[in-house]
Amino acid sequence: MNIYDLTIHELKDKLAEGELTPAEIKDAFSNRINEVEDKVKSYITITEELADEKVKDYENNKDEILAGIPIAVKDNMSTDGIETSCGSKMLENYKPPYNAAVIECLNKAGAVIMGKTNMDEFAMGSSTENSAFFNTHNPWNLKHAPGGSSGGSAAAVAAGECAAALGSDTGGSIRQPASYCGVVGLKPTYGMVSRYGLVAFASSLDQIGPITKDVEDSAIMMNVIAGHDEKDSTSVKGKKEDFSKYLKNDVSGMKIGIPKEYFELDFNEEVKQSVLAAVDKLKEAGAEVETVHMTDAAYALAAYYVIAPAEASSNLARYDGVRYGLRSEEADDISTMFTNTRHQGFGDEVKRRIMIGTYALSSGYYDAYYLKAQKVRTLIKDDFDRIFNDFDLVITPTAPNTAIELGSKSDPLEMYYTDIFTVPINIAGVPAISIPCGFDSNNLPIGLQMIGPHFEEGKIIQAAYTLEKLLNIKDKRAEL
Amino acid sequence: MSKKYETVIGLEVHVQLSTESKIFCGCSTEFGKEPNVNTCPVCLGLPGTLPVLNKKVVDYAILAGQALNCDIAEYSKFDRKNYFYPDLPKAYQISQFDLPIAEDGNIEIETEEGIFNIGVHRVHLEEDAGKLIHEGSIDKSKGSLVDYNRTGVPLIEIVSEADMRSPAQARAYLTEIKLIMEYLDISDCNMEEGSLRCDANISLRPYGQEEFGTKAELKNMNSFSAVEKGLEYEVKRQREILEDGGRIVQETRTWDENLNKTISMRGKEEAHDYRYFPEPDLVPLEIDEAWKSKMREQLPELPRKKYKRFISEFGLPEYDAEVITGSREMAEFFERVLKDYDDPKNLSNWMMGEFLRLLNENNHNPFESGVSPEALAQMLIMIDEEIISGKIAKKVFEIMYNSGRNPEKIVKEEGLKQISDEDELENIVDNIIAENPDAVEDIKNGKDRAIGFLVGQVMKETRGKANPGMVNNMLRNKLMD
Repeated sequence: MNIYDLTIHELKDKLAEGELTPAEIKDAFSNRINEVEDKVKSYITITEELADEKVKDYENNKDEILAGIPIAVKDNMSTDGIETSCGSKMLENYKPPYNAAVIECLNKAGAVIMGKTNMDEFAMGSSTENSAFFNTHNPWNLKHAPGGSSGGSAAAVAAGECAAALGSDTGGSIRQPASYCGVVGLKPTYGMVSRYGLVAFASSLDQIGPITKDVEDSAIMMNVIAGHDEKDSTSVKGKKEDFSKYLKNDVSGMKIGIPKEYFELDFNEEVKQSVLAAVDKLKEAGAEVETVHMTDAAYALAAYYVIAPAEASSNLARYDGVRYGLRSEEADDISTMFTNTRHQGFGDEVKRRIMIGTYALSSGYYDAYYLKAQKVRTLIKDDFDRIFNDFDLVITPTAPNTAIELGSKSDPLEMYYTDIFTVPINIAGVPAISIPCGFDSNNLPIGLQMIGPHFEEGKIIQAAYTLEKLLNIKDKRAEL
Repeated sequence: MSKKYETVIGLEVHVQLSTESKIFCGCSTEFGKEPNVNTCPVCLGLPGTLPVLNKKVVDYAILAGQALNCDIAEYSKFDRKNYFYPDLPKAYQISQFDLPIAEDGNIEIETEEGIFNIGVHRVHLEEDAGKLIHEGSIDKSKGSLVDYNRTGVPLIEIVSEADMRSPAQARAYLTEIKLIMEYLDISDCNMEEGSLRCDANISLRPYGQEEFGTKAELKNMNSFSAVEKGLEYEVKRQREILEDGGRIVQETRTWDENLNKTISMRGKEEAHDYRYFPEPDLVPLEIDEAWKSKMREQLPELPRKKYKRFISEFGLPEYDAEVITGSREMAEFFERVLKDYDDPKNLSNWMMGEFLRLLNENNHNPFESGVSPEALAQMLIMIDEEIISGKIAKKVFEIMYNSGRNPEKIVKEEGLKQISDEDELENIVDNIIAENPDAVEDIKNGKDRAIGFLVGQVMKETRGKANPGMVNNMLRNKLMD
């Protein structure tokens, strides 16, 4: 196997055994980037010099969890002195004067940050085609999208341009691209990972999580980024957990619910069959599988497309050209400056959501839209709570399809529909993972989603780890 | 003034809380620093930053709510108020919309018209915005600069009920709010520096009508007198419109201090839709009984109560009680002196006279002067015991004020002790009589006023130390029958 194909834990082993040096590892990934980046285009910014410095500093960090490990970061996480564009012209040259909490975690853990990855503008999208700069290509088939909005991070992991990456997930933005790119993506419980420094899209839904080559790496990354942060009031207090203890090949007695209403939806049959086949394997391994009833996911999707734009309309209001980022020079007064800056700086999808959100919060419409959506949100939360009284996990497909072709979807509603299985999880705030469970007839990866109760990432990791062993496809890599 | 229309006024008072750090970050709140020095990524609203609530701010707001006789909410939350303006770096202000920290209170005020109870509708927490600085005037300036030092400084907004019926009542209410905040020691309440700000809603209605008339919102009143003048102008303006059979337009008006009139800023149609919604970056604020009672224990005696007590307990005239309780320090000083001294009226005379004059001159509170309550008591006793005269006392007091020295020492070292020794005085008086035959002649001819002249001569001779009463008596005995 090539060095760039190795997982975090494999690289750590080789470092520990002296088979590889941090410089060799970094060079292997840098060379890989040079080799495939023109085709994949995962990165907006490559931080070569900083990576070299971190490698030189290896001796001071060598006992840390990610010492010498090349990691990529989605371009919506603030990096001190390094461009943090959010895939938007609005912030094209914006360099934050501070680090996000997760960046501090990575630095402390000795990680070698390779660069900042491409994304849908302000994380709004499901294919990374809404990036203001360029498309990212799916390493499994370059004509296809990597999914989104963390498409750059998922593609970088799948293409061996980093050992693992961080993504952010507001309605599926870690899990869906992980599914499309055949890698593992975990969205932690809301409040598990500090959002401080994550450029906000929808504050009550946003959560940072890892995109990795296997489940073990996911646990390792969680050990680095999870935990209370006093800078984020919504981060949950509690002791730091060691997620590696859940890396157990055992699902016996685990109760798994299969939501009938989700599988009855009209979606890709190959995806459905692949997921159900994986569920059967878990059953054979001793899990108790039962059909459960859940509220129609369409309601979650509708609520999501009110709540997320509403919060976004407020979160993105600060991009007015006054302090940083783009400022339109074609203006004689402040109001025109605001308008022209926002007109020039935002792409269509961002503008669409700002308008939807502004409308939903407007006087006279608030009750009918925002308040109603919040009530739906409560129902969906209650729904998950009810099921998790009796079940350890719920399994669904991650996405209703496999990676779409670039440029194939022009109707926004059609694009929103690809989030149908992931959105309810953010609405409820529960954790979920996407792991590869097979390939469709075009050799595109299929993702399976495991959902757990609040703060039970451990259960998800254990079941996913077991399934990964049962399926034995984790070493399959995209050929580039 | 026409008696046909009744004035209805409600005030929205913004009070900057004097916490050391801002409401949602650790930056200093110090006033008057270089522009943009007291800032960080959080209060500058940089992408990705999050607010963290300063607990001290909540403490202060609870105190304010309790002092205003409000119910303190067990469950309260923050909301975003969205609008675009260059001094608002997030383009929303974190405020409280439907669940404020305190509601449903009242305070008592007193004007020449009588005593009134004014309802406090609510008290809510919010963050302050920055400041725009225009080169030259706002309309001619080529560009504007923004100072974000003030951004995120904690504010409470105190919203009254529409209970005030005259500009004088509005002024009295504002004064009482300021005094209460000062007693609580939670704000500087400086209108010039903007740590106390006031907007008003004002409308007129025919007497006997229950329904409110159409109101105007009045802004930019930057002093107590501006509040009163602005409202008086507005009463007149609205009354004239109504008397001419016109209709009041609902609008926001600004008080122009130079023109001495209110000017329309924007109409109802141009009013902002702030699109309030719950702030997702903060968790709801829960205030339990323990927290409430802990704050209640810290509540000082409030000005109105103290005022009444000073009248009943010390027999002070209303005017004296008002002046003495006009500041918490003044009142505290007063009571401390009374531990060692038992003539409250004499004390209040002293405090309102010489003491207050020096305090105002030096911009001090009593505890910042060189005079301790114990020393003042000592000095007053020395006057009562005729060790020094009232006139000498003023001199002694000024030395005490500036040097912090003890009055007994001052009197001793400066030789200021009153001459009350009969023989010693008689000697001096006889000399003065001998030196002033003309005056003596006048007195004998019935011109009593000349006694005063002779007393003055004795005082001059003794550099003010002679006991004036004794001198007076002595002269009268010697020169009059």
